[in-house]
Amino acid sequence: MNMITVEHLTKRYGDFTAVDDLSFEIEEGHVYGFLGPNGAGKSTTMNIMTGCLSATEGHVTIDGYDIFDEPDKAKRLMGYLPEQPPLYLNETPMEYLKFVGEAKGLRGRELADQIEAVISQTRLETVKNRLISKLSKGYKQRVGIAQALLGNPKVIILDEPTVGLDPIQIIEIRDLIRQLGKEHTVILSSHILSEVQTICEKVLIIAKGKLVAFDEPEKLERLLMASDAVSFIAEAEDEEIDEILEGMDAVSDWRMKKLEDGSIYTDVQIEFGEVSDICRHLFFAFARKGKALLQLTSKKANLEDVFIELTEGDKKEDETEVADQ
Amino acid sequence: MTAVFKHELSNYFHSMTAYIFGAFLLAFVGIGAMIYNIQQAVANFEYVLSFVSLVFVVIIPVLTMRVIAEERKQKTDQLLYSLPITTTHVVVGKYLALLVIYLIPLCIIAVYPLIFAQYGDVYLMTSYGSIGAFFVMGAALIAVGMFLSSLTENQGFAAGIAIAVLILNYYSVSLSEHISSTAFGSAVTLCVLSCLLGVLVRYLTKNEHLAYGTAVVLIAATVITYFADSTLFEGLLPDIMKKLSLFERFDTFVSGVFDLTAIIYYLSVIIFFLFLSVQSLEKRRYN
Repeated sequence: MNMITVEHLTKRYGDFTAVDDLSFEIEEGHVYGFLGPNGAGKSTTMNIMTGCLSATEGHVTIDGYDIFDEPDKAKRLMGYLPEQPPLYLNETPMEYLKFVGEAKGLRGRELADQIEAVISQTRLETVKNRLISKLSKGYKQRVGIAQALLGNPKVIILDEPTVGLDPIQIIEIRDLIRQLGKEHTVILSSHILSEVQTICEKVLIIAKGKLVAFDEPEKLERLLMASDAVSFIAEAEDEEIDEILEGMDAVSDWRMKKLEDGSIYTDVQIEFGEVSDICRHLFFAFARKGKALLQLTSKKANLEDVFIELTEGDKKEDETEVADQ
Repeated sequence: MTAVFKHELSNYFHSMTAYIFGAFLLAFVGIGAMIYNIQQAVANFEYVLSFVSLVFVVIIPVLTMRVIAEERKQKTDQLLYSLPITTTHVVVGKYLALLVIYLIPLCIIAVYPLIFAQYGDVYLMTSYGSIGAFFVMGAALIAVGMFLSSLTENQGFAAGIAIAVLILNYYSVSLSEHISSTAFGSAVTLCVLSCLLGVLVRYLTKNEHLAYGTAVVLIAATVITYFADSTLFEGLLPDIMKKLSLFERFDTFVSGVFDLTAIIYYLSVIIFFLFLSVQSLEKRRYN
């Protein structure tokens, strides 16, 4: 069964549409990445999913409970860390977690046990009795995550959990998220692609409030492999390279750049055929001429390219729309 | 609700607010008791309360300014929205915490009439009746302050507006004597008030149609009534101002009458402003 179902979600602010007819389903027990440029509607969507914001249209159900009709039951299944951790700065993590735990309906022994569990999970033992205002950003973020973990929710939603942290803190938080993914369904938003690529099992890309892709990171990369390219560096003259490439039907276009050591870097666009065939052909062609190939790579598109392709593609459409008008 | 209540209460005692509020209230009651009960040797403790009620104009806003504004500023309101508690629970929990803060100095004050009774005849019924009414009046003022704090994320602004509103309310009876009591004047003022209400509705709901609708309907009603029977409007405005005064109604208790209508009025004010606070918080969910 789906853990979260989002159906035709739309959020408008006056004339501005922040989330535009968004629909997707999230299954139990994976780490999902919510990817998009700033202002794409990531935070808005997360705020609606967690009941912090109303929707103009559409439905969100958490494990069968509608967030608008049965907010109490739906919210009990979720832990949420907003973009800015909602911390009471004049309290200690202990006091803060006690309040959140009580608000989530925990009492007595159970409350104490859970607080202890989340403190050790987020490694807050050393600072649990210090004022939150005196903690570093990394620790504040962890207090925010600890708060989300209280009540042992099935779904944990983290809005840009690594923004503003230093590299070591980022690695720690990522490890923590990976651990959480073993027991909970985790959704995290980010505009950093490498982060999503390393932690998430599935990626949702949204741009301008619309879902533009939803797949595993590897599959998204493969999406772009079709229009593939090969690049090489050869110790040869321009004319020789032109000659070789002109003889290949599968090649549509190429660009050359002279490097400092006299060799030439070439980007080749492939029209059709297998990348490996092209590489093999190139290798033997240069070998026959007695010219050395210093490097020969089939360009593997990374998520970055998929992302730019998908979001920019959207922009081009928009531009033509504007032009049409 | 208990979680919010406990949290809020401990918050007040962590900061200076609760202590400052209590200290000021006790200090002024002390000064009042010294002037009236000791120096002038009057046996009525309720005069002291009447004297102190002006202090509320300042100390209630100081107490209530941060109650919701601070949550917004620190973005902790997001946490409250995402927790499995309703906005009503949040507002009522916070309000009850404020009442407890207010009740603590009042418990100390409640001992004073007993002390004075040791040295002479004190009519304890009016004393305690007035203390009870004093509590309910303060509770109503706190509800007003709480609502004003929910409108902004700036504490200072919340306090400033609350002080202005309470001062206006405090002097509304004296002001009402200087206000036009003619039918035409009242009608014009009602139209202006209708427009202001429209602006407030627009601010709260961000719905222009509703705002214009409210203002137009109210103005139309005023104009129609004015032409139908203009005598209805004579002296209407001063009347309304007198009726709206929260402080004026307390004077009845001071003169020794336990006025149940006043208590009901205070309770309705409390419920009304708590309701508005809930709406103001809920509204944030919509934009």
